[in-house]
Amino acid sequence: MTDSRQLSGEGQEAGTSQFPGTRPALLMLDDGICFSGQARGACREAKGEVIFTTSMAGYQETLTDPSYYGQIVVFTAAHVGNYGVSSCDDQSFRPQAAGAVFHELQITPPGKFPHWRAEGALDESMAAAGLTAISGIDTRALTMHIRDGGARNGIISAVDLDKKSLLQRARALPSMQGLDLTAEVSCNYEYSPAMPVTEGIAQPVLNIAVLDLGLKRSILNCFMDQGMRPRVWPARTDAETILASQPAGVFLSNGPGDPGACSDIIKTAQRLLGRLPLLGICLGHQILALAMGGRTYKLPFGHHGVNHPVKNFLTGRVLITSQNHGFCVDPDSLASNINITHMNLNDHTLEGLECRDNRVVSLQFHPEASPGPYDARDAFIKFRNMITGTANA
Amino acid sequence: MPKRQDLNTIMLLGSGPIVIGQACEFDYSGTQACRALKEEGCRIILLNSNPATIMTDPGYSDRTYIEPLTVEMAAAVIAQERPDALLPTLGGQTALNLAMELYHAGVLAEFEVKMIGAPPEAIELAENRQAFRQAMLGIGLDLPLGGLATSEAEALAMLSRLRFPLIIRPSYTLGGKGGGVAYNREEFSDLVSKGLSASPTGQVLIEESVLGWKEMELEVMRDNSDNAVVVCGIENLDPMGIHTGDSITVSPIQTLAEPEYQAMREDALAVVRRVGVDTGGCNIQFAINPLSGRRVIVEMNPRVSRSSALASKATGYPIARVAAKLALGYRLDELKNDITGTSACFEPALDYCVVKIPRFDFEKFTGASEVLGMSMHAVGETMALGGNFREALQKALRGLETGLSGLMAQPGEVQENGYLSSPGQRLNELIPLLQKPGPGRILHLYEAVKLGLSLDEAGRHTGIDPWFLLQIEQIVQCEQLIADELPSLLAASGAGISASARKLARYIKAQGFSDRQISNIVSETALPIREEDIRSFRMRAGIFPVYRGVDTCAGEFAALTPYFYSTYDALSPDSAPGEALNSQTQSSPLPPARKKRVVILGGGPNRIGQGIEFDYCCVQAARYLREMGLTAIMINSNPETVSTDFDSVDRLYFEPVTAEDVLAICALEKPDGIIVQFGGQTPLNLARDLEKAGLSVWGTSPASIARAEDRDEFNRLAASLGIPQPQSGMGYNLESACRIAQEIGYPVMVRPSFVLGGRAMGVMHDEHSLRDYVTGKVTGSSLKSDAPILIDKFLEDAVEVDVDALSDGTSVTVAAIMEHIEQAGVHSGDSCCSIPTHTLSALTLDTIREYTGQLGIALHVKGLLNIQFAVQRGVVHVLEVNPRASRTVPFVSKTIGCSLAGMAVKIMAGMNLDDLDFKREPVIDYCAVKEAVLPFERFPGALIGLGPEMRSTGEVMGIDLNFGLAFLKAQAAAGTPIPYEGGIILSVSDRDKNALAPLAAELKKLGFSLYATPGTGQTLTEAGIDSQTVSKIGARPNLLDIMRDGKAGMIVNTVSNPQSVHDASKIREEALRLDVTLLTTIPALRAVVEGLSVSGQWAVSPLQDYYTGKVRAKTKTP
Repeated sequence: MTDSRQLSGEGQEAGTSQFPGTRPALLMLDDGICFSGQARGACREAKGEVIFTTSMAGYQETLTDPSYYGQIVVFTAAHVGNYGVSSCDDQSFRPQAAGAVFHELQITPPGKFPHWRAEGALDESMAAAGLTAISGIDTRALTMHIRDGGARNGIISAVDLDKKSLLQRARALPSMQGLDLTAEVSCNYEYSPAMPVTEGIAQPVLNIAVLDLGLKRSILNCFMDQGMRPRVWPARTDAETILASQPAGVFLSNGPGDPGACSDIIKTAQRLLGRLPLLGICLGHQILALAMGGRTYKLPFGHHGVNHPVKNFLTGRVLITSQNHGFCVDPDSLASNINITHMNLNDHTLEGLECRDNRVVSLQFHPEASPGPYDARDAFIKFRNMITGTANA
Repeated sequence: MPKRQDLNTIMLLGSGPIVIGQACEFDYSGTQACRALKEEGCRIILLNSNPATIMTDPGYSDRTYIEPLTVEMAAAVIAQERPDALLPTLGGQTALNLAMELYHAGVLAEFEVKMIGAPPEAIELAENRQAFRQAMLGIGLDLPLGGLATSEAEALAMLSRLRFPLIIRPSYTLGGKGGGVAYNREEFSDLVSKGLSASPTGQVLIEESVLGWKEMELEVMRDNSDNAVVVCGIENLDPMGIHTGDSITVSPIQTLAEPEYQAMREDALAVVRRVGVDTGGCNIQFAINPLSGRRVIVEMNPRVSRSSALASKATGYPIARVAAKLALGYRLDELKNDITGTSACFEPALDYCVVKIPRFDFEKFTGASEVLGMSMHAVGETMALGGNFREALQKALRGLETGLSGLMAQPGEVQENGYLSSPGQRLNELIPLLQKPGPGRILHLYEAVKLGLSLDEAGRHTGIDPWFLLQIEQIVQCEQLIADELPSLLAASGAGISASARKLARYIKAQGFSDRQISNIVSETALPIREEDIRSFRMRAGIFPVYRGVDTCAGEFAALTPYFYSTYDALSPDSAPGEALNSQTQSSPLPPARKKRVVILGGGPNRIGQGIEFDYCCVQAARYLREMGLTAIMINSNPETVSTDFDSVDRLYFEPVTAEDVLAICALEKPDGIIVQFGGQTPLNLARDLEKAGLSVWGTSPASIARAEDRDEFNRLAASLGIPQPQSGMGYNLESACRIAQEIGYPVMVRPSFVLGGRAMGVMHDEHSLRDYVTGKVTGSSLKSDAPILIDKFLEDAVEVDVDALSDGTSVTVAAIMEHIEQAGVHSGDSCCSIPTHTLSALTLDTIREYTGQLGIALHVKGLLNIQFAVQRGVVHVLEVNPRASRTVPFVSKTIGCSLAGMAVKIMAGMNLDDLDFKREPVIDYCAVKEAVLPFERFPGALIGLGPEMRSTGEVMGIDLNFGLAFLKAQAAAGTPIPYEGGIILSVSDRDKNALAPLAAELKKLGFSLYATPGTGQTLTEAGIDSQTVSKIGARPNLLDIMRDGKAGMIVNTVSNPQSVHDASKIREEALRLDVTLLTTIPALRAVVEGLSVSGQWAVSPLQDYYTGKVRAKTKTP
């Protein structure tokens, strides 16, 4: 297939809800499917794996989540940008996604964004951060294409509107499989965020180590809310350094890329196993599973959204969870001393495990939410309980 | 936990008659529950007094009781059926209240009936405002400041702690009845005293005003293992202060930031857990300060609500169905989402926008204030789905069927004021309308923005969030674009359509502009152009809507959905509904491709005169089409209805019922037939356009329908058949109207032609009142000059008769003849009527049958036929013929036990009356009475009284072995029970005095004490009947004082002259306020006396037993 195709028969632009008057842009997928729309944000170029999220709000949390590093995020929601942006919602210090695709992005006249929390408009903040986006896309059609054909690479461009050249370059992009991206998003130096001043906390503050593989800020907040003082370490920190700091437990964070490619980090995890309580979320969870001898595989189009039902076998309850992962742990690969604690009710994939022998708890979904429901936030309490040896750990 | 094994027989409570605040959404939820329970093998006992509902169709439950929703009747049903459980959370507030009464009366305990869905403690906690407040404060949630008062003194004492404005809300009332906003002490005292009397518990809640805050609702489901999901968030475009039922609402929530939404979600789940709703759905309302984000809880409904119906339709998640299964003990994760095959324990994701707009009928209540507030006034609603908010809003506005083709300046006002006022003046006129919002507020807002009102100011005046204002501004800009650029592109389009023209046209359509709206805009600014021309331009440009499935998951999973909406804001169809989906509808043994497709047009939003009765017909039609192996395709825009439940049809298009939208669907579906006769006036109005477009209209031809509606043609037809008619004529202006009335002789009945529900109809006793009517002094809005006025001789003292019949084109079978209790002149929709008739002679009935047959055949009716007759002194006159479904079809069907609509659709598909074995009029050995329910208490200040203009919102049915009992049951079901003892006030007109005497004697014998006004009293004395004389209105103390003192539970007041009409209106108002039963006709009194003389003999029986003759047999055996 050498020619660029379009999803419609006729060659007109995709979504049409915003009348052209702005710069045109193209979204080219590596299978030649091409959408045209309007350039937004930095109006330059974005390259990456195109995936979709069905979350109806939380665009800012999504775009600043380092797990989306290297990915172009398609927002299925009809309207995005409605309430502007606010720095307190950032999950890291900059947008991490490679690009964004909108059906309709709210454009406001310059000036104060009309929402009490807002510090500015999403479009402006993307522009300032150098993030290129495209809007006016039929996101339903694009989503169904990804759903049926799997996630694939693509390019958004406002500078190169030549379809042939775009397709060529889209095909040259590396696959997400086999990529260790943690170095791109991890911190360079270790640090300890300031604990908020809280009154009346009866329990002693616990020191924990956080291995930053692309950490979301809200995770740190969740630890601190439960009286845990995190010390954040770069992804390549070795196990001995971490152990020397004498934490009460170690947390392996979320992050982008293929867990199978993170061999250094898997080794670090193996050295930590059994030495002290461990918690993993998302990429951290996958790495813990790999460290304990499990296998991971790539999902066709991943889970990205805030409405995934997950059954907790320990309580019998179903949690509505926030999810963002393209790889998954194969339950058949797990050793017999590892219990499967959580399962996705949509596709029955593995969502959580524990290994009592090694004091490991790990979750595929995002208990910290942001974006998404807070149903699973007690995971942080459980981690604390595991450290302190309290019942119900 | 799987299904409970101890629940086999379930009793379900319906919501009774359609009233404002409780409409057919509870038929939707109840019907869904019936289906779900049936699926689980339950034996279902249904109690509902409303015959127009689909759920009371005998097939939906095992034992269908159409009996009054009172403790007495419900207890009798329970004693007879011994259900294992009572499920009250799907029948609105009425069902919930009745269940609580049964619980408190000990009936449930006595018969060991479990309450499922929500435990009584939870209901009590959610409904008792004080307890609810305490509970919420207890779990750390924020509420508006305030408290509960049980007396005026207590309320006044609270003023020291609170600041105006304050909200006053009576406890336990429907749709916020009796609530309001007080800005000062005077208004405060007034509202408190009204609220105390409106509340059945004599309590009012007084709260800090959150007026102008954002209003949000969440629909939550929870199971017995504490799994809980938020199915849908709904944002009110109108701020707090306008009842949510009267607000334009939007889904998903658009203006909350992610952390705000999630915190609200957490609160909602905490509320549900604290209140303790553990096996079902509930609705929680929040107010959010737009300047600070402070969030307070407004209220919680521990049951399925109006918003649940909306949420189900908006997301595709069947809340009532799931709620019914949860009540049986299932967990959410044990249930499946039928659309995607994944778990039902999830939260739907939307990639489209949904807008609901309420429909009002203020014009029917002359004198009532049209300002929207805390108490609900909407009589119906329409919903639209679109690719973006603007498209959804504009679709919803045209789906409203108030003559709008989209968002535009309020029609009429522009003509009246537009040329008189300069834009600046006009803006000044609009601002007060924005501050005191009425039904047309969104149109006023649009016009104001168009005239240059800044969005900041618009926000200040309306309290509407800036995001919505930005959207409205974008529509204004698009209108400008149409006016500026489209005319020249249209003019140049002869030579071919350029890419830029195509681009512009796509953009315009994606903003939701209809072809008609575009033609109006172009015609105003440039060349006159017809809607059809815009359409053909659009088609030549290749611009068609895309139909998308409502799949609950924003495309994440492959979905098998039969539920579609259209959008132009899209690239390509995600499936071609027409052929691709045929493989889904495997219910028929025929190969899919050969299945005939039939489109049924629904009735759009409910309004007075066009409501649930028509939806019943549409659903029946779909059911029987499917039974015959045809594909039933529904087009409708009403989210409250069963017809828009995708489970009841093969394919559902949730679209406005306008020519453009229907033709676009038909272009795709290429139906073999389209049915217009079941959805009321809405689809009938489209019949000719559809036929012109080459579609095959099934059943009676549009030409025949038009022939029956055209007075002149119809008069000629009746004359040629030798059927008497009241003398009539058509007035085209004031003078010709007066001349014709003179010729016919007063009194005359007048109305504009082509209306449903007797809109703007009146009886004129002299030329003076006729002149007032024609010049618009009576109706408020002047009659349109192009609508001729029909003038009929008014037949005084005639008995009115309704006939429903079926015709196959060559023969006609009468299904039922209904005799009205009220005299002719009261709209048939507002009248009480009975099957069988009880005063008409066999000869008269035969004449009626003969005329019905002649008319049906002459008009080539294929399907349903409704004829109204008036019998005056033995002469049968035909008043009107409607060759379509009538309002009485469900009542007749329930009474005789055959589906008229079902048979009609079979006739349309080619069967005849022989095939249907329906050649003879059914004879029944019991009696059914239909009574209307009127909404006057919602419209303080409006003129009250029955007349030729229909004003009832709903109906009830009473059924028993004789007329008297059926009548008493109908009255009890309508909420105007006949007292068995106490005092009765009699005040009748001269010509009724002779008839009164024997009835008064009977009342005396039954132990009533009688009060009579002087003239009436004299008649009674002459007849030797004791009564106490009371004055008429004017002197004191008068009959109103007797009523206020609680000495009389019933009043009989008949009038004959215009003077006493005014007094009668006062009496009615007072009777309404004091819950005194009012009778306005001697026949009604006769019926009451007949009923009271046998009142001890009532029994409750299900329809199934009436049909099989078991009820009659039971009474004969002893």
